[in-house]
Amino acid sequence: MLSLNVNGQTLEVGDDVDPKTPLLWVLRDSLGLVGTKYGCGVGQCSACTVHLNGVAIQSCQVPAESAVGQRITTIEGLSAPGATLTAVQQAWIEEDVPQCGYCQAGQIMRATALLARVPKPTDEQIDNDMAANICRCGTYTRIRKAIHSAAAKIAKTGGAS
Amino acid sequence: MSTKPFEPNPYLPEYLQKLEVERAEAALALSRRAFIKVTGLAGGGLVLAMSMGPGARTALAQTKSPAAETTLNPYVQIRPDNTIVLYAKNPEVGQGVKTSLPMIVAEELDADWSKVEVRQAVIDAKLYGPQVAGGSTSTPTNWDPLRKAGATARAMLVAAAAKTWNVPAAELATENNVVRHAKSNRSATYGELAEVAATLPVPDAATVQLKPRSSYRLLGKRITGVDNPKIVTGQPLFGIDYRVPGMVFATFTKAPAIGARVKSANLDEIKKLRGVKDAFIVGQQGDHVGFSPGAPALGSGVAILASSTWSAMQAKKQLKVTWDETDASSDSWTDFRAQAKTFAAKPAAAQVLGQAGDVDGAFAAGKTLEAMYTYHYVSHADLEPQNTTAWFRGDSIEIWTPSQTPQAAVDAVASLLGLPKDKVTLHQLRGGGGFGRRLANDAVCEAAAISKQAGGIPVKVQWMREDDMTFDYYRPGGFHSFKASVDKAGKLSAWQGHFITVSRDGKAPMTAANIAPTEFPANVIGNQRMLQSLISSRIPTGPWRAPGSNAIAFAVQSFLHECAVAAKRDHLEFLLEVMGEPRFTVADNLRALHTGRAANVIKTVAERSGWGRDMPKGSALGLAFHFSHAGHFAEVAEVSVDANKKVRVHKVWVVADIGPIVNLSGAENQCQGSVVDAVSTAMGLRITFEKGRVEQTNFDKYPLVRIDKAPEVDVHFVESSYPPTGCGEPAFPPAAPAIANAIFTATGQRVRTLPFSAEGYTL
Repeated sequence: MLSLNVNGQTLEVGDDVDPKTPLLWVLRDSLGLVGTKYGCGVGQCSACTVHLNGVAIQSCQVPAESAVGQRITTIEGLSAPGATLTAVQQAWIEEDVPQCGYCQAGQIMRATALLARVPKPTDEQIDNDMAANICRCGTYTRIRKAIHSAAAKIAKTGGAS
Repeated sequence: MSTKPFEPNPYLPEYLQKLEVERAEAALALSRRAFIKVTGLAGGGLVLAMSMGPGARTALAQTKSPAAETTLNPYVQIRPDNTIVLYAKNPEVGQGVKTSLPMIVAEELDADWSKVEVRQAVIDAKLYGPQVAGGSTSTPTNWDPLRKAGATARAMLVAAAAKTWNVPAAELATENNVVRHAKSNRSATYGELAEVAATLPVPDAATVQLKPRSSYRLLGKRITGVDNPKIVTGQPLFGIDYRVPGMVFATFTKAPAIGARVKSANLDEIKKLRGVKDAFIVGQQGDHVGFSPGAPALGSGVAILASSTWSAMQAKKQLKVTWDETDASSDSWTDFRAQAKTFAAKPAAAQVLGQAGDVDGAFAAGKTLEAMYTYHYVSHADLEPQNTTAWFRGDSIEIWTPSQTPQAAVDAVASLLGLPKDKVTLHQLRGGGGFGRRLANDAVCEAAAISKQAGGIPVKVQWMREDDMTFDYYRPGGFHSFKASVDKAGKLSAWQGHFITVSRDGKAPMTAANIAPTEFPANVIGNQRMLQSLISSRIPTGPWRAPGSNAIAFAVQSFLHECAVAAKRDHLEFLLEVMGEPRFTVADNLRALHTGRAANVIKTVAERSGWGRDMPKGSALGLAFHFSHAGHFAEVAEVSVDANKKVRVHKVWVVADIGPIVNLSGAENQCQGSVVDAVSTAMGLRITFEKGRVEQTNFDKYPLVRIDKAPEVDVHFVESSYPPTGCGEPAFPPAAPAIANAIFTATGQRVRTLPFSAEGYTL
């Protein structure tokens, strides 16, 4: 039995699940948190990005057992249901970033981790981090704009994202 | 200006052309029919009457409004709290129609967009006409019917107010869900009027008054996507997200050599693996190599059913299959190239698709040049790999899928399982990318067959990335050999294109591997000839964003630049001269190339990009134009190239004439994305195959562009009063030749292969 700390809750995963299953599939199939997406399964596209102790990681590359005892945050846990969206989520809506939207959970998770580390990133810093994520629709111009816009929002509200 | 009956886009495969015509006709019929026979029911709800047929009533029962919602027509429901539900009819795969099509209804309805909820409509041709995401046709074919749907509903609400207040309807005005009578200073919300409105006669859609564009409040604005709140919070939305209680997860393994069949497999071993519930061989049914969305398309393979996707994927890795390769493809790209060279050397032996004027005379009198262009196969690479959830229940089946052709999917499954069509219920889910891949329903057929063979349990078939990349209806590779001449005045005097493409039957090109005999510039110059030679192939092909155009534009617009260079002319001036006098190239066809509209976007993009300005060494601007999907697009790319052939695409300017814009944000997003897609595809993407086996299996060998290499994109839409046309595809084709032309100007080296990486260029 795996016990995972996901979005502030302790969730149990049954014995029928191989503890070596990548975190991605435990989140999606066992816990029903389907916001985290499968794109390639080999650590190339980062559609599966979640936070492990606040750090952006590719959940398709992390066995669930190695996430035990760590703080896992998924797209569903960025803002509580019905609560105010984070600055990054708001910026994504205001800039109308998504086309198909499939990669955007991963993009938002990585952008959120970036802004937590670098509150006012340059274009180059954005490139360095965000180049890990593929957007097949090519929404990169808007992703960049939304990150800058979210950074400005966070600065204005005094650091609360 | 007169209009001809609807003519389909000649670039589309026959299937979609047929669909386009049917859809245009059905849309017309619907606008006449759907709003006429409406009958009130007790309780405030409304249903469309008997003329819609039993299918329509069943469908309506599914969308059946709670008592609180009043249905004015299949697109519009109004609640007492003055909120509005609008139905989005077409599949959403990232092209933005779930937002833009309801915006058209909302405009004519004078709806307050902040009080609108958009829902995905049920799949039902009787209610909604053709429902498809393909060919950039959603906007042009739905423009009139959806405006009429909004205007008719608005007229009913106005009539309800007129009746209630006993005033002439002509004295009433509408805005933001409210009807006002200025004279008596009275107003009522749509929510208050809806029930009365629903009891009134439906105005004739043919004569209902539509707004002049000058009074639009919503159309042309930037509106954020209606699903964005769900996307940014990770709510279930996509095909892959769908769950049915008791559902099992399945993988399906087809042969590495396309078209091979399973002889035997280590099923007993597989069944013993952790999490595996069942494993079986699925026999081939129908033709899954040919692209035919409405026909059964089931390849031979092995299904593994498990308690989780991961278990099914792990078991797939342990699968050992013996394949019968009797009917398998043995195609080799290396061999295709060799064949193409031979064909190109003998244009006289080629089939003549069309010709006009005196080509040979012009060649003899002018300065001639020749070149051969090559473009590789590419995969769609939708980020959400193909998937479908299906639940066979003996005499019926229920399906949840992100198909781009859901109605055809119903046909395919009905035929595959031998069920009547009304026993196939399909639920439309959002698709994580389409680009034409989801026009094919092979994954739908797999899920349906596997659910049935498994004994009628709900099954989600989930393709791995490797499945998605190694079995696709690829953008066909091909070859284009040109000869042209320029006369003493430096004018293009003759043009010959020799199109060398793939064919399955040796008679006609495969899907999306064809060229129109009048392909530009054949449709604008006097002396022209179009030739064709066919290479035999069994690698599946299908529509890929801007089918045909996506490669043809590269070859044609690059070679046209070669002609300008040979004539020692400025490319801009030369291109405008080729266009000639402003005219439709097909008389009176509003969806045909108009040389005046072309010249306008070409001139505008030159102005916006500063064409002719001095550029630093190793940098240059490149220009290209392409007309497709009834859209006129000109693009300029600013590119720099270093001594190691390292390319940087700094900026691309896009100028388009697609008539009035529905959702400015969505339209700009499509253009930006198309350019990024084109940079990816032009610079580094290719699918190769040997012995019928595709050699690229995942993104490590298929380098989609990332944010650090994506260009800045400047998008501008020229004002035009032509009917609106679609925007999901036509921004793609001009980008590759614009970049190639810039590379030539910067380096003196001509790139004649897609992707450019095949000639040593990298990003």
